[in-house]
Amino acid sequence: MAAASRGQSQSAPEPFGTFRHVRKLFELPGRPDVVAIEDISFDLPDGKLVSLLGPSGCGKTTFLKIVGGLIPASGGIIQIGGTEVREPHEDFGMAFQQPNLMPWRTVLSNVLFPMEIRRESGQSVRRRAQELLNLVGLTEFENAYPSQLSGGMQQRAALCRALVHEPKLLLMDEPFGALDELTRMEMQDLLLEIRSRTEATTMLVTHSIAEAVYLSDIVVVFSKRPAVVADFFEVGLPYPRTTAMRYSPEFTALEHRAGRALGIIR
Amino acid sequence: MRRRTYQWLYPVVGFVFILAVWQAYVDWSQISKIVLPSPADIVRTSISRYDLLLRETWPTALESIYGFALAVLIGIPMAVAIANSRVLNLSLYPILIAMQSVPKVAVAPIILVWFGLGLQSKLAIAFLVAFFPIVVDTATGLRATPQGLLELARSLKASAWQTFWKVQFPAALPFVFSGAKVAITLAVIGAVIGEFVGSVQGLGNLLLSANSQLNSPLAWAALVWLSVLGIVLFAAVALLERLLIPWASTSSH
Repeated sequence: MAAASRGQSQSAPEPFGTFRHVRKLFELPGRPDVVAIEDISFDLPDGKLVSLLGPSGCGKTTFLKIVGGLIPASGGIIQIGGTEVREPHEDFGMAFQQPNLMPWRTVLSNVLFPMEIRRESGQSVRRRAQELLNLVGLTEFENAYPSQLSGGMQQRAALCRALVHEPKLLLMDEPFGALDELTRMEMQDLLLEIRSRTEATTMLVTHSIAEAVYLSDIVVVFSKRPAVVADFFEVGLPYPRTTAMRYSPEFTALEHRAGRALGIIR
Repeated sequence: MRRRTYQWLYPVVGFVFILAVWQAYVDWSQISKIVLPSPADIVRTSISRYDLLLRETWPTALESIYGFALAVLIGIPMAVAIANSRVLNLSLYPILIAMQSVPKVAVAPIILVWFGLGLQSKLAIAFLVAFFPIVVDTATGLRATPQGLLELARSLKASAWQTFWKVQFPAALPFVFSGAKVAITLAVIGAVIGEFVGSVQGLGNLLLSANSQLNSPLAWAALVWLSVLGIVLFAAVALLERLLIPWASTSSH
């Protein structure tokens, strides 16, 4: 519970998100229940980028989906903006490991999909989508179909889609996990640039230590399944972050700390 | 690129080769025209009797198209019901399978009793054979919606109606078309079965009557026209597919 007390000890204003003793078990017919998440408690401060770092299969994606309201928790408190999360919310934006673009829609039409679901259309909505596409360098591909785009470009379009309705909370599930190393680093910088222009609080699931440290204000390290908070620390490096920082002693120290929490460095 | 441009040549060469062997065999063996007319005979008859053949093509084409259209109109909503309702799936699917295993040729005489010698009975048989692949493929497609897209729709709080029309149905369209391409060729077969069992017009009817008059070149010509009809209708559905869901073909290449 060290993590929880650390979260509470900040005498800052009311946090944007509060998670207390979140627990999740999966009931399997004819087999004992699987405890995916044992006990997760921490605070999500407003406007910050928080990474959930942990080994594969540790329950961090499950936790993200619980926060997003896609699946229910088995116990605990999950509050966003002061209200209990029970279902997806209009103010949430989600980006998944796969771009999940609809192959029958053009890039622009894919980005506009959330607005269509909310029955919002018109010039201003369209302009916002185009601005986002411009920001990620896809202006020329507005009218292209997803199959004509590379994996990195598809993921950029998916990022625009997650942001088009100006969400207060952006949830990302290993959004760059399927990309090659160089594209991944490019996307990380792009995400930071987008974040400098939008105030959305962001929660990002990753299993890359370097990615978590490079992107985040706060890193929450998950233990192996069943998940508990193994460590919770603030990165403290100033934004904008630069590639040079990746090789600074502070950065390396933080990577070590995360590595120790994960149990890969003793 | 070069390879693709000349790809169509392979089947053409194969086809020409078979025709040449056939022609040579008929010329060499002096076999009776009644048993096996030569390709040249068939082509000659196809051209000289083209007015008759064309006249008899229309009824068969209409029977096939109407039967196919009815199968689409009834089959797709039924597939939607099956894919979205567990109860309907459990109750209708076994009946569908049972219906499919009944030989349609055997049902044709009964249908003739119900609907008479006209267009309706052929339409009904064409419908019966075309129905199954459309229902099965559409239902499969509706159930195969990528999980990620459904999750996306749910995260955006899309209504059931929006999820169906904006995600599930478009995602199923490639499956619908693959069912429709099978169905259209089956519909032509269904129409011909109907004509065989009892009719006063159509290419199937012409084939039977030419055969009974030992006019083999005309019977074979009717067969060729039937094949062409099948190919043209198939191509029409394939063209519709390319126009309506261009994204599906670009991603498969």
